[in-house]
Amino acid sequence: MKIIVLIKQVPDTTDVKIAPETNTLIRDGVESIINPFDMYAIEEALRVRETLGEGEVIVVSMGPPQAEEALREAISMGCDSAILLSDRKFAGSDTWATSYTLSQAIKKVGDHRVIFCGKQASDGDTAQVGPGISMHLDIPQVTYVKKIEKIDGKSATVERMTEEGYDIVETPLPAIFTVVKEINEPRLPSLKGKMKAKKAEIPVWTAEELTCDENKIGLDGSPTRVVKIFTPPPREGGQLLKGEPAETAGELAGILKGLIIG
Amino acid sequence: MAEKEAIRVIDEKCTGCTLCVKFCPFGAISMSGKKAVIDLAKCTLCGACVESCKFDAIVIREKEEKPAKAALSSYKDVWVFCEQKKSGVQSVAFELLSKGRELADKLGVDLCCVLLGDSMEEACGDLIARGADKVYLVDSPKLKAYQDDPYTRVLTKLIAKHKPEIVLCGATTIGRSLISRVAVALETGLTADCTGLDIDPEEKILLQTRPAFGGNIMATIISPDHRPQMATVRHKVMKEAVPDPGRKGRVIKEEFPEDVYMSRSKLIDIVEELEETVNLAEADIIVSGGRGVGSKENFGIIRELALSLNAAVGASRSAVDADWIPYSHQVGQTGKTVCPKVYIACGISGQIQHLIGMKSSDVIVAINKDPEAPIFSVATYGIIDDLFKVLPILTEKFNQTLS
Repeated sequence: MKIIVLIKQVPDTTDVKIAPETNTLIRDGVESIINPFDMYAIEEALRVRETLGEGEVIVVSMGPPQAEEALREAISMGCDSAILLSDRKFAGSDTWATSYTLSQAIKKVGDHRVIFCGKQASDGDTAQVGPGISMHLDIPQVTYVKKIEKIDGKSATVERMTEEGYDIVETPLPAIFTVVKEINEPRLPSLKGKMKAKKAEIPVWTAEELTCDENKIGLDGSPTRVVKIFTPPPREGGQLLKGEPAETAGELAGILKGLIIG
Repeated sequence: MAEKEAIRVIDEKCTGCTLCVKFCPFGAISMSGKKAVIDLAKCTLCGACVESCKFDAIVIREKEEKPAKAALSSYKDVWVFCEQKKSGVQSVAFELLSKGRELADKLGVDLCCVLLGDSMEEACGDLIARGADKVYLVDSPKLKAYQDDPYTRVLTKLIAKHKPEIVLCGATTIGRSLISRVAVALETGLTADCTGLDIDPEEKILLQTRPAFGGNIMATIISPDHRPQMATVRHKVMKEAVPDPGRKGRVIKEEFPEDVYMSRSKLIDIVEELEETVNLAEADIIVSGGRGVGSKENFGIIRELALSLNAAVGASRSAVDADWIPYSHQVGQTGKTVCPKVYIACGISGQIQHLIGMKSSDVIVAINKDPEAPIFSVATYGIIDDLFKVLPILTEKFNQTLS
């Protein structure tokens, strides 16, 4: 039985700065990290393996060759093995093509019972890939999962976070779960894990190995196209209210009342 | 072989001016032998370099097969998916109606609502009053509350039958879970979390603008060769459509065989955590507390101000991690993205991860002791002072006037 975790390597947003003269992102020296939400997906997969007392946790990522670092980090946390999907033909994939490509990989792995991914990636913020995979694989999904109440080899009962609280959903397996931060606290890599990660052989699967329909991957398989990229106008300079608390609070109350009532 | 690459530099045309290197938001272009070289591993095919190049030396490969224009032009009308909870149409649907009306008028087509639920007929009148020409209503006890399978099937079938050219949906928990599946089923393009929508006056296609990289850059996205063009739209960005009781429209009831309503997963319970009366996504005003609040007990001061303003309570990650307040209140990169009219940040320093989640608010108020706190760089109004001195006075003033 396979427990699959899908992860993405993203730039560490804490480091993202805008070059004032060109208004573009400075990416030089920006560290790459595992998408923060995917860390919770990795942790939950490891916990499910512990709960079930069986299963192999396989971590999969689609990306450039350097995404291998992210996969090694996942192994150091306790994942059993990793697979990198990398091919120049994948370049330009939007969420449609990405979810198709990842689904092809999941099919190739086979015997998938539980699939985890983060609710969204911190660079694209679409939250579309997980649901897309559930459709490509024709399996149930539960998005925004904040707790797994019960899981066995056949079904799971989970809590899905909503705007007002949460839903309790029971689903047969195999199923895909996208997770939020509240679900757990990711563990740190162990020394043994680090050793294993160092030695692990990570196979690279290409479009051909995934028997992808070439019209469904990369640029050709992506219905959407970016036509323009620009930096948003900076916020107008703010106003500092000065004086004793009674004065500043009074002034602010006046301004806010105008905004709220007017 | 080079022609097969998704993007390439035509060396004969490249003058080595390095303009594209500066314009690339992803640092994917470097110079080699006075010619631009694109690192495909970093390139996202955003096209910024193509636009920047004055010599037309960079080209993005066109798709090989293009569908006939005739096939695309058989798609008409703008659709809005109207999310309902407990039989109440959610306000995000009214926002989509005002934007949808504008788009439909530019295209000269009908604006249609899709409403799925149980005994929802009464809600249709309001949707028509707010701008819908038609409402497609699917009424079944099985559609009472949102579930992935039946909602996906019903919406997919409706779209395949009526062929709208544009489908809009709120970028909510339900919206994002549902519409991504529908777009895959229909093999069409979907753009997430748009903050701007318009029609290209020449091509008559939907221009979808959305923030990326935590709002550091904006991208405009199109779906040129697929229909419908689908987008989820961020809540609170567009204005709600105002009802006009005199408007006329039609309600079209649709029915499906029972198996269409089947669900593999089972919704066992819907739990509402009514700790606060207003939820973050819906709130017009949010009062947020951060590390400066100091303790769980001290969060009372934030709640009191929120109560006096009928506002929702937010928090920074550090306040949540310290267990002063539950995760559902967290605003920021690993929490919620909010866009209220007024965001009041109290004792929040304003780390980039927090700013990502709230900087598109209309008005930002920052109250912090530290004059160097980054929150002041995005604040519309700032007070450099102790929040424990300022907040009680504010609360009292609002309790007096708003009661």
